[in-house]
Amino acid sequence: METVILFGPLLGALIAGFGHRLLGERLAITLATLLLFLSAALSWWVFLTFDGQTQHIPIMRWIESGSLSVDWSIRLDRLTAIMLVVVTTVSSLVHLYSVGYMKDDPQFPKGESYTPRFFAYLGFFTFAMLALVTSDNLLQMYFGWEGVGVASYLLIGFYYRKPSANAAAIKAFVVNRVGDFGFAIGIFALFYLVDGINFSDVFAAGPKLAETQFHFLWMDVNAVEMVTFFLFIGAMGKSAQLFLHTWLPDAMEGPTPVSALIHAATMVTAGVFLVSRMSPLFEFAPGTLAFVTVIGATTAFIAASIGLVQNDIKRVIAYSTMSQLGYMFAAAGVGVYQAAMFHLFTHAFFKAMLFLGAGSVITAMHHEQDMRAYGNLRKKIPITFWAMIIGTLAITGVGIPTSLMKFGDIPIGFAGFLSKDSIIESTYAAGTGVGQYAWVMLVLAAAMTAFYSWRLIFMTFYGPEKGDKHAHEHAHESGWVMTVPLIVLAIGATLAGMLWYGDFVGAGSQAFFGNSVFTGAENEVLHRAHHVPELIASAPFFAMLVGFVLAWIFYIRAPKIPAALAGQFNVLYRLLLNKYYFDEIYDFVFTQNAKRLGHFLWKRGDGSVIDGTINGVALGLVPRVTRLAHRLQSGYVYHYALATVLGLVGLLTWMSISAGAN
Amino acid sequence: MIGTDLTVILPELVLALYAMAALLWGAFRGKDAEAPLLFWLTPLVMAGLGLWIALEPQATASAFHGGFVSDTFARFSKVVVLFSAAVVLLMSADYLKRNKLLQFEFPILIALSVTGMMMMISAGDLMSLYMGLELQSLALYVIAAFRRDSARSTEAGLKYFVLGALSSGILLYGASLIYGYAGTTSFAGILAAAKGEAHLSLGLLIGLVFMIVGMAFKVSSVPFHMWTPDVYEGSPTPVTAFFATAPKVAAMAMIARLLFDAFGTATGDWTQIIALLSFLSMVLGAFAGIGQKDIKRLMAYSSIGHMGYAFLGLTAGTAAGVQATLIYMVVYVTMNVGVFAFILNMERDGQPVTEISALNMYSEVEPLRAAALMVLMFSLAGVPPLVGFFAKLFVIQAALNAGWVWLSVAAMLASVVAAYYYLRIIYLMYFGEKQAPLDGSMPAIHWAALMVAAFFMLAGVVSMFGVDTWAGAAAASLLN
Amino acid sequence: MGITAVAFYLFALVSVVSGLMVVISRNPVHSVLWLVLAFFSSAGLFVLLGAEFVAMLLVIVYMGAVAVLFLFVVMMLDVDFAELRGQLAQYLPLGLLIGVILLMELGLVFSQWSFAPGHVAARAAVTPEGVTNTAALGQLIYTRYIYLFQASGLILLVAMIGAIVLTMRHRTNIKRQDILEQIYRDPAASMDLKDVKPGQGL
Repeated sequence: METVILFGPLLGALIAGFGHRLLGERLAITLATLLLFLSAALSWWVFLTFDGQTQHIPIMRWIESGSLSVDWSIRLDRLTAIMLVVVTTVSSLVHLYSVGYMKDDPQFPKGESYTPRFFAYLGFFTFAMLALVTSDNLLQMYFGWEGVGVASYLLIGFYYRKPSANAAAIKAFVVNRVGDFGFAIGIFALFYLVDGINFSDVFAAGPKLAETQFHFLWMDVNAVEMVTFFLFIGAMGKSAQLFLHTWLPDAMEGPTPVSALIHAATMVTAGVFLVSRMSPLFEFAPGTLAFVTVIGATTAFIAASIGLVQNDIKRVIAYSTMSQLGYMFAAAGVGVYQAAMFHLFTHAFFKAMLFLGAGSVITAMHHEQDMRAYGNLRKKIPITFWAMIIGTLAITGVGIPTSLMKFGDIPIGFAGFLSKDSIIESTYAAGTGVGQYAWVMLVLAAAMTAFYSWRLIFMTFYGPEKGDKHAHEHAHESGWVMTVPLIVLAIGATLAGMLWYGDFVGAGSQAFFGNSVFTGAENEVLHRAHHVPELIASAPFFAMLVGFVLAWIFYIRAPKIPAALAGQFNVLYRLLLNKYYFDEIYDFVFTQNAKRLGHFLWKRGDGSVIDGTINGVALGLVPRVTRLAHRLQSGYVYHYALATVLGLVGLLTWMSISAGAN
Repeated sequence: MIGTDLTVILPELVLALYAMAALLWGAFRGKDAEAPLLFWLTPLVMAGLGLWIALEPQATASAFHGGFVSDTFARFSKVVVLFSAAVVLLMSADYLKRNKLLQFEFPILIALSVTGMMMMISAGDLMSLYMGLELQSLALYVIAAFRRDSARSTEAGLKYFVLGALSSGILLYGASLIYGYAGTTSFAGILAAAKGEAHLSLGLLIGLVFMIVGMAFKVSSVPFHMWTPDVYEGSPTPVTAFFATAPKVAAMAMIARLLFDAFGTATGDWTQIIALLSFLSMVLGAFAGIGQKDIKRLMAYSSIGHMGYAFLGLTAGTAAGVQATLIYMVVYVTMNVGVFAFILNMERDGQPVTEISALNMYSEVEPLRAAALMVLMFSLAGVPPLVGFFAKLFVIQAALNAGWVWLSVAAMLASVVAAYYYLRIIYLMYFGEKQAPLDGSMPAIHWAALMVAAFFMLAGVVSMFGVDTWAGAAAASLLN
Repeated sequence: MGITAVAFYLFALVSVVSGLMVVISRNPVHSVLWLVLAFFSSAGLFVLLGAEFVAMLLVIVYMGAVAVLFLFVVMMLDVDFAELRGQLAQYLPLGLLIGVILLMELGLVFSQWSFAPGHVAARAAVTPEGVTNTAALGQLIYTRYIYLFQASGLILLVAMIGAIVLTMRHRTNIKRQDILEQIYRDPAASMDLKDVKPGQGL
């Protein structure tokens, strides 16, 4: 059954990619989508019936080289089960949604066949992602890791006629390479230290590694700290954490369903998954965990602050994604992987829905993405409007914060409320310096999240109609293939939190996760998180309220304020609008210098030195020797005989002398 | 006693008797009328003998008081010699017929020459070594001049003969010196006379130098190579093909046999001589091949260079080195058989053509043949992943493991230079200028030889068909 | 110094000198004649060693056949001696240099010569007791060295085949005498009688 889940999407990709000529486009796409739904159904079955026992399902022998022995097999535990559900559910809904969204794309001329290609990429992505989450060893994981990278590259650059899309695709790939390099080094280091890369071997070696010193470059470092640090570098790249995040906003050049699937719900969460999966190592690396917390919290804050002023609807959601990923890492950093996974799980629903909703808005508005051209759309696309409202309520964390109003042990609120609050409480409960820092950052980020999310809603659905008149007149709701996924995800965004709160972070957590997530003996953060003071626990809720009220004042009540503020705090505004100038700084520090170095190596190194040497030898020395050889070959027998005798005498003399020397 | 001796030399005996019977029969039947039959029968006999030797499991045996040795090394080399000679002979008939050279003596001379090669390979005594060498050489002198009405062919034969006589004289002088200082001509006796010391006495050493010079002439190693380009170019093409294959294997085996069987204790002494010859051959083969306009001359320099690489394995002075050399020789022979199968059919308007420029845009005329030749050329140049690359890799590895760093580096550099002229042929075939195309048709045998050789170059990467392990066993039997 | 010693040094000296003269004499016919002398003195050395059969072979085969053949060949070939002499002068310095170096090295080699133990006895008894020289040689050649002997036979066979292959021609455009045809020629087939009328002609 797990094998079907894994290979169903691959089969779908093959059918869509290679079979569409044979079967016809419609049939091929339908088959691919149905296979995905089959995968999703089976995944839910696995998720709901999973008994907590880790299973290994071997598929084939993969690599056998020296002491490196790697199987291709599925590791089925709670983490895998969660990821299976997330990946296949979102993927199948995105498949369905894409059937409508990708119809009559203005990027392609009439008559050109592009949808099967799109579905093949989607299917391939899903397969690679499933390979990543089901992997039983680091190599297989790396395969999936790179596979999703390739799929992401292909899908970001799907509109290959757009130069900006190509540039974004390359950027995503290159920035990810930096992270992947760290990941690869982490794997190498593990293999070097443990002599095996199967998870079972690696996990068993955790305590031993914690006491191993490792000489790396010029310094001695703790082995487990170094390994986890490099693994986390990989996670930072994939999950767009600070310093390696610049590719994610640009990745919005891809079609919107892609953004929903890859750059919101699944691929970008691979980093969080990696950290949770490797928790048996991370738990022994307090230094790395602190680093993870700081990076996560800072990312959450910075991304949210950039999101405040962006005008492209997809970019707002992209920064929101980045911010939410920061939350997850912050949770993982303080040792509450359960909360991280919980937020990953709920986030997949509401963020995919927000993206798909944005896609619906974009389709309705004739592929206009600037929110300043929207306004007053709530009547024209009501389903989308209500779905977006639910998504916003979920992401901003609306719920009942007091412990008085609980449904049993479970707080009442939207999915994001439960998962996000448990993260924020955990950071506080960690009781460390970085925990405090993270708590402050995350609460501030929560306020900003509320602000930009509501800003998005208000600018899009309320206020006067702005921009192209024609587009507004023709705006209408999309067909069922696009609205059904919205509705399904909206249900998830509403209920997922309350349904699984108990399992993920509540009382049933231990039984739910089993041994798939490892927490150290003295790690009781999750337990303590349930007993933080009421005021602390309610802080995010009030932060959310502040954000909401400010957004309401700024965009409904007094729409002149934003412009005035932007004028007054011009420096800050420009800083945020230009994303803290990360791109420009990187361009100046890395790109330009790399280009200069490349140019130097090309012109001087390759051109002058290597080519010069080779040309010099080839055109100077070789013809001379060749001519000499030709002259010697005179054709006269006595010359030949002379050469023979000379050779003989030469050898004799040499040998006589060397024998004399002996 | 004589009975067991005869069983040991039975393959040689059969071949010699066959040659004499064929000679009688041919003379009796009015000469050349029976030639086509002999051109079929002789390869068949040789291939049959090759199969027999290959399949019959035999322990190491010696006959005639150690004058003849039959071990795995000898059997391996003999099988290579027999099969390559058989294939070349099969391919010769068609060319000779077209050029009115179809005489029944040709296969008989080849058969006798091969008998001589087998004797060389199995020599366990300086005298039997010399006898075998002369038997094969004399037949080669004759067939080099086989086209009597061509001044070039006659010149080739004469040059080869005169210089061959000189080298034989040098070899004999060395042999007599060794006899004088060792007191015996048998290899085992010479080995005993060296007393297991790491350095030879001056008398033995000088004798060995003379002998190496005489034998290096046979494998056309620099600076004793001068005859090669002229003889390759002047001889009829089938003769050139023959020169390039079987005698080279036999001579290489003979050198290895002498060096290891008679002077195996003093590897330090002779490896430096072989290393120098190897270096000079590789370099000259690489440089002098550039600028050649005649493909037969080019193949001459190519084989000079390749012999340098084969020597590279011997410089190691180890079993691994001998194994690498044997593999190299097999690969070299296979490539040459394929290339000559092609050259034999380079014709325009019924006239044989040997200019390299005639290959311009050949890929448009005969895409499949051009592709096969391309594979062979890449393999000759040593381009991975073809077998030619691995053959070079093995010998270089062996030399490197024995500490010949500078020589290994030189070998790699030389192969880069040599790649020029192999690639040039490919360049001409695929990107050259258009011109009057070659129009020679290709008999099935030649086509098969070309394709099979090219196929081996590709398939050998997956499996060497047991050649490598057998060569390993052969090397082990030589060094025990 | 006994008579054998005198004979040995005489033959040795003569063979070395005549060998030298073969190389340096200007007239090739003289060279061949010097060669004959060298063979002869070598035969004398063989006699001194007790190898009469080999000595006689040398006299009969080499002097009687090979040298005479050389003589014919040299006399029949039209060699430009002046030119040869000029070339000799041109290459003389190099040749001398090579020669001197070789000589020095060989001198070095021969300075290391040592005699095997029992060499005197081995030389004294070249043939087994009571067996003639020829018979002793025959017993060795046809038993112990049969392999090499037969191999030499093969070499000679190849030489013969080669000589025939390279020289024999079947010319098609020349007339040959065919005795049988001449004998069986009959008048009816080859003669045609014509009645010639007087005064008219044919």
